[in-house]
Amino acid sequence: MFTRLLDNRNFLGLLFMLPAAALLLVFLTYPLALGTWLGFTDAKIGRAGHWIGLGNFRYLVGDSVARLALFNTIFYTVVASVAKFALGLWLALLLNRNLPFKSFFRAVVLLPFIVPTALSAIAFWWIYDAQFSVVSWALERMGLIHTYIDFLGDPWNARFSTIAANVWRGVPFVAICLLAGLQTISPTLYEAAALDGATPWQRFRYVTLPLLTPIIAVVMTFSVLFTFTDFQLIYVLTRGGPLNATHLMATLSFQRAIPGGSLGEGAALATLMIPFLLAAILFSYFGLQRRKWQQGGRD
Amino acid sequence: MGDDAASAVHGEGMGYLESLPRRAVTLYLPLAIFLFVLLFPFYWMAMTSIKPNAELLSRETNPFWVVAPTLEHFHHLIFETDYPSWMWNTVVVSVVSTFTSLAASVLAAYAIERLRFRGSKQVGLAIFLAYLVPPSILFIPLAAIVFKLGLFDTRWALILTYPTFLIPFCTWLLMGYFRSIPFELEECALIDGATRWQILVKIVLPLAVPGLISAGIFAFTLSWNEFIYALTFVSSSEVKTVPIGVVTELVEGDVYHWGPLMAGALLGSIPVAVMYSFFVEYYVSGMTGAVKE
Repeated sequence: MFTRLLDNRNFLGLLFMLPAAALLLVFLTYPLALGTWLGFTDAKIGRAGHWIGLGNFRYLVGDSVARLALFNTIFYTVVASVAKFALGLWLALLLNRNLPFKSFFRAVVLLPFIVPTALSAIAFWWIYDAQFSVVSWALERMGLIHTYIDFLGDPWNARFSTIAANVWRGVPFVAICLLAGLQTISPTLYEAAALDGATPWQRFRYVTLPLLTPIIAVVMTFSVLFTFTDFQLIYVLTRGGPLNATHLMATLSFQRAIPGGSLGEGAALATLMIPFLLAAILFSYFGLQRRKWQQGGRD
Repeated sequence: MGDDAASAVHGEGMGYLESLPRRAVTLYLPLAIFLFVLLFPFYWMAMTSIKPNAELLSRETNPFWVVAPTLEHFHHLIFETDYPSWMWNTVVVSVVSTFTSLAASVLAAYAIERLRFRGSKQVGLAIFLAYLVPPSILFIPLAAIVFKLGLFDTRWALILTYPTFLIPFCTWLLMGYFRSIPFELEECALIDGATRWQILVKIVLPLAVPGLISAGIFAFTLSWNEFIYALTFVSSSEVKTVPIGVVTELVEGDVYHWGPLMAGALLGSIPVAVMYSFFVEYYVSGMTGAVKE
């Protein structure tokens, strides 16, 4: 009887799915639902919450820190993603050219991405130090500035400093993924375009870019997702300061929920991130659909 | 990689049309700047970790070099802090959660891709969506669950929660690899009377070894780098992982001990960097494979 069951692919499939499904249902699906539910309660650490409807959300809408965090998150995501895309594409194009030690360069470039972000963020913290910053030291010696830059102490400086650190970490990922895409484009297309008199810019615009669009869509979706939900870089560099100028939704949600003890409020902030993430995923989905016209079909 | 050889032959087919000065400005100069910026923080980390305090806090000496290198920061880290136990915790948690996730993912990916049970398409899509759920929106409810299960402040809290981001990734990657293995091999084995389990262990897995390595390496670095769960679910120093220990325990008050901090960051980065350098190709194919699908 049991051996008969083992020949049934539906039964066997379920059996094989069991370990993964159990772990994911208990530690992913259930928390996702629990988190959404917590967002509608006044749960505190060590105390089960009561349903308070939209109370948390109403409070957060009126909370200037939460509104600032939303602005910061969007600003951080948009600026960092655009910079990562532009620099990453540029680096990918450089690495795709005829280079000696190509695979060595490619391996080295990815280092910022594989090293623990919390640890490289500590290096950035030291680089951004108000008194002993090596960047300030170099700029002063070159005669470009006269006082040391307060990288993390001033709101706008802090925003751009954290964005720079995020871009530093994200560019390798974008570059290496786009490079993988570039390597699938046949060189004969470029030769044909060149014979037809296309300039380098036209070759990029009308050959490289259309063929790369699908992978750009996916890579940038991932990049936007990671940036939008970023936590550790901000936590290490500024903890949201100065004056909440660098608080992202993830760091604010952590601060309200864990040190602050208001699980419900933190969960509501986390829940508010979901619509933005869904928008990013849908964007990627429709980006992928564009394959059709690239292969000569209609939309 | 094969395409490297191919591109050496005809890739950049018109490269010879470029003059050397033009190449220097459009290729070597920007590349050098990129490499400098991307690698400088590591150089800076290493340089700071061997600088004596007197040189660290002086604006007069050239900060890019070290006059009297010292190992005192490493000594302090290893003998006067819990760093060795953070390292051990990180290794244990990363290795156990990587292998658990890999085992669960192999079974799941095989079931979705090859057994084609009813609803396998939908399950595959659900796995992909699970991959997109970021830890930053899960850590609060997970903290409540971890607390309820009595796992708070134990390594088990991390070992059991890391698979939530490892399994979706590994399964998705392995599905791609399994798809590339010809069905005919399995059919032959089925006709010869092999069970599904024998097929998986004796035919599919040996052929999917590169995929297993890719998924394993990637999963290992992901769990080594994990931050928010470890920060939330663990509070005693002896149970912390390296990223958390360095960030929370080495910073005391307003005096920043940059030497030990940088030494800690460097030591914590070296294991993943070494691992990565041995398996670069697998790592890259894992990363790009997951994006390309």
